[in-house]
Amino acid sequence: MGFLGTINPSSWSSYFTHNHASWCKYIRYPTSISCKQPTLFTSHRFKSVKPENQLDSMHNGNDAQVLNFPGGMVKFTPDLKFMSESLEERIHCYRVLDDFGQPISNDFVQIDEEMAVKMYKDMVTLQIMDTIFYEAQRQGRLSFYVTAIGEEAINIASAAALHMDDLVFPQYREAGVLLWRGFTLQEFANQCFGNKYDNGKGRQMPIHYGSNKHNYFTVASTVATQLPHAVGAAYALKMDGRDACTITYFGDGGTSTGDFHAALNFAAVMEAPVIFFCRNNGWAISTPVADQFRSDGIVVRGQAYGVRSIRVDGNDALAVYSAVHEARKMAISECRPVLIEALTYRAGHHSTSDDSSKYRPVEEIEWWRVARDPVTRFRNWIEREGWWSAHAESELRNSIRKQVLHAIQNAEKVEKPTVREIFTDVYDVPPSNLSDQEISLRETIERHPQDYPPDCPTS
Amino acid sequence: MAAMLQAIGVASPSVAFSDHYNKSSVSSIRSFPVIRSDARSSSGSIHGSFKPGKIITKATATQTESSASAASKPGHELLMFEALREGLEEEMDRDPRVCVFGEDVGHYGGSYKVTKGLAQKYGDLRVLDTPIAENSFTGMAVGAAMTGLRPVVEGMNMGFLLLAFNQISDNCGMLHYTSGGQFTIPTVIRGPGGVGRQLGAEHSQRLESYFQSIPGIQLVACSTVYNAKGLMKAAIRSENPVVLFEHVLLYNLKERIPDEEYVLSLEEAEMVRPGEHITLLTYSRMRYHVMQAAKTLVNKGYDPEVIDIRSLKPFDLYTIGNSVKKTHRVLIVEECMRTGGIGASLTAAINENFHDYLDAPIVCLSSQDVPTPYAGTLEEWTVVQPSQIVAAVEQLCK
Repeated sequence: MGFLGTINPSSWSSYFTHNHASWCKYIRYPTSISCKQPTLFTSHRFKSVKPENQLDSMHNGNDAQVLNFPGGMVKFTPDLKFMSESLEERIHCYRVLDDFGQPISNDFVQIDEEMAVKMYKDMVTLQIMDTIFYEAQRQGRLSFYVTAIGEEAINIASAAALHMDDLVFPQYREAGVLLWRGFTLQEFANQCFGNKYDNGKGRQMPIHYGSNKHNYFTVASTVATQLPHAVGAAYALKMDGRDACTITYFGDGGTSTGDFHAALNFAAVMEAPVIFFCRNNGWAISTPVADQFRSDGIVVRGQAYGVRSIRVDGNDALAVYSAVHEARKMAISECRPVLIEALTYRAGHHSTSDDSSKYRPVEEIEWWRVARDPVTRFRNWIEREGWWSAHAESELRNSIRKQVLHAIQNAEKVEKPTVREIFTDVYDVPPSNLSDQEISLRETIERHPQDYPPDCPTS
Repeated sequence: MAAMLQAIGVASPSVAFSDHYNKSSVSSIRSFPVIRSDARSSSGSIHGSFKPGKIITKATATQTESSASAASKPGHELLMFEALREGLEEEMDRDPRVCVFGEDVGHYGGSYKVTKGLAQKYGDLRVLDTPIAENSFTGMAVGAAMTGLRPVVEGMNMGFLLLAFNQISDNCGMLHYTSGGQFTIPTVIRGPGGVGRQLGAEHSQRLESYFQSIPGIQLVACSTVYNAKGLMKAAIRSENPVVLFEHVLLYNLKERIPDEEYVLSLEEAEMVRPGEHITLLTYSRMRYHVMQAAKTLVNKGYDPEVIDIRSLKPFDLYTIGNSVKKTHRVLIVEECMRTGGIGASLTAAINENFHDYLDAPIVCLSSQDVPTPYAGTLEEWTVVQPSQIVAAVEQLCK
């Protein structure tokens, strides 16, 4: 920043001394702070919309072994030792149910039968919806689809641990969160077919769901751009003093972006109540995590930004539920961001435009899909609790299957949005140039109807 | 920073404001009325046709002079950065959802002092100092806006907003559309841009040319103290994302503005000096070079019509068109680079819509397609100077 560098340094420092008292509450790095309470100076900032009372400046004792650096006291060492690039052991992963659905932990948030059964039903619904919609794309009825196969526990359990007031900023593999919140199968189908009942009015690709009614912000194709949005929304919630947080989802690949870095940094500095949920599923299209980063996953990055973090087994619904439940409490009551890394596996392809057998062994995919299936694992648990049976299972699957097929058939038949919707919502009111362009387009369609799709409604 | 501001000074100190003041007797002979939005109803007023019966007043800054005789309040004098702050402060008082994000906007008061004193008044949550990541705090603004706040994002220099291009174009501009109208993004993105005094190439960007294609955003450029405050207020009240272009060299302009509240229309151009011979279209700092050239031209016997287009997207083709139909000659004077600049789009728009009314090809004076050099003399030669404007007018009116 060239021009800032030309400020006369002596006038700058005199500004400091003259205004030291009033500066204390604004100074980012106060020069005298006790190291016993390193967070003292941060806890007074960004708390209110009214100016705070001034902080008293504090003095430290003189100690040759420590130095007051910006940010807090730092001890000296005579040893020329570098911090290792990795810890001796990878950060441990929190898990409640073992591979067979047996609880191995007492430290989890209990859920009752009603909640457990709803969770399970939604996980099955998500699985069936994904399977059938994927088939529909293969048959040419849909142009595109993205499945969440293997990540049902992440989708449903995280949604179940939140409240409806919490704002969701998804990436694109979180349709289950919307499903939990009440989006119907028909609404999913309408968006995928882009018909006139679609919330998005046919403007986005399939699976780019969005519903302000359900506090689920419209999916954008750009990677990790939703992370700063979530921080901004959390800031808005904090300004309003609302009892809610925001949650944002992203994958292992998304953590390489600039937006990830800045969003975590911002959230920590601003003390925003946001949950960063990373679905580490091992693959970013064809890029395995070994080619994505060299850190121990994502969880270790939290501390680098001053963000509390945890690693959980993403295929364990109870673990995900407990982690999100606790994270939400922390985020809201302590007004801080929380990072959750869920280890899981992308059992399906990246999307319908991808064939993952080209870059990973089919045996690996099959093993995760079968032996590590989160839906099976959870079912084993609820069956053991006496809340589920094989009969209920087959009934549910048949019913959901019929509903999904029905929804697709209906959505296919509904007509598309009209030509008018090309030009609305660009601005609040269409400006003259867009109105002119609409007239021009309509005239062209009228003159050459054979060049335009026959089922394209003009009124 | 104060020392730097004084060193920068005003672009063309020789511009006499009195020039266009003298033409204020225009209202009686002006054949086309210009609609000015009143203080309360400024939303959704993008107009394609003029509606008779609305308030008809002059759209120029001469308002203060002529109303001084009729009105009871004499107004108050202030500098442009103070006017921007006044507009921002009035909106923050009026609507608790308005907040400010940017680097050094809080306790420091902003790199050009536009937000000075606001953090002390509203607290450091509402006037937020952000870490250095333009894409992120613009993204934050998008998220906050979708959640109900009305953020004003300050780019310390417009050029830095290139780092936020992804968020501005793919999210700010698009999310209202792709969400089917479910989420609105009423943000204002503002900051100083344009060629300053030897700030170097990276700090002399004209972002209006890069941004003009983005669907879903509005672009406005302020040029006087009066329109700076009015456009700031209008931008904050708009439901659409608005990019407000300020100019580094105009912050110390001094002018008398009304005491009473006023809001200008975002989509209107400003008639600076009515005339008969030729239409001069310009915006931002170039307005002053054009007015200086106009003085010379008047002495030489020409009668130029000067319009400050103000609204860079969408263009106010109504005002511009009426002018072209009258004078039949157009000269565009801009600070953008020649290729892909605002002038290039404006030339195309006028040619498409008013071709039959032109007696001569449209001429566009712009900066060259080079990064702005640091050396003072070289820098001066990359910006259109009044003598070039005079020569171009003489050539066109031959």
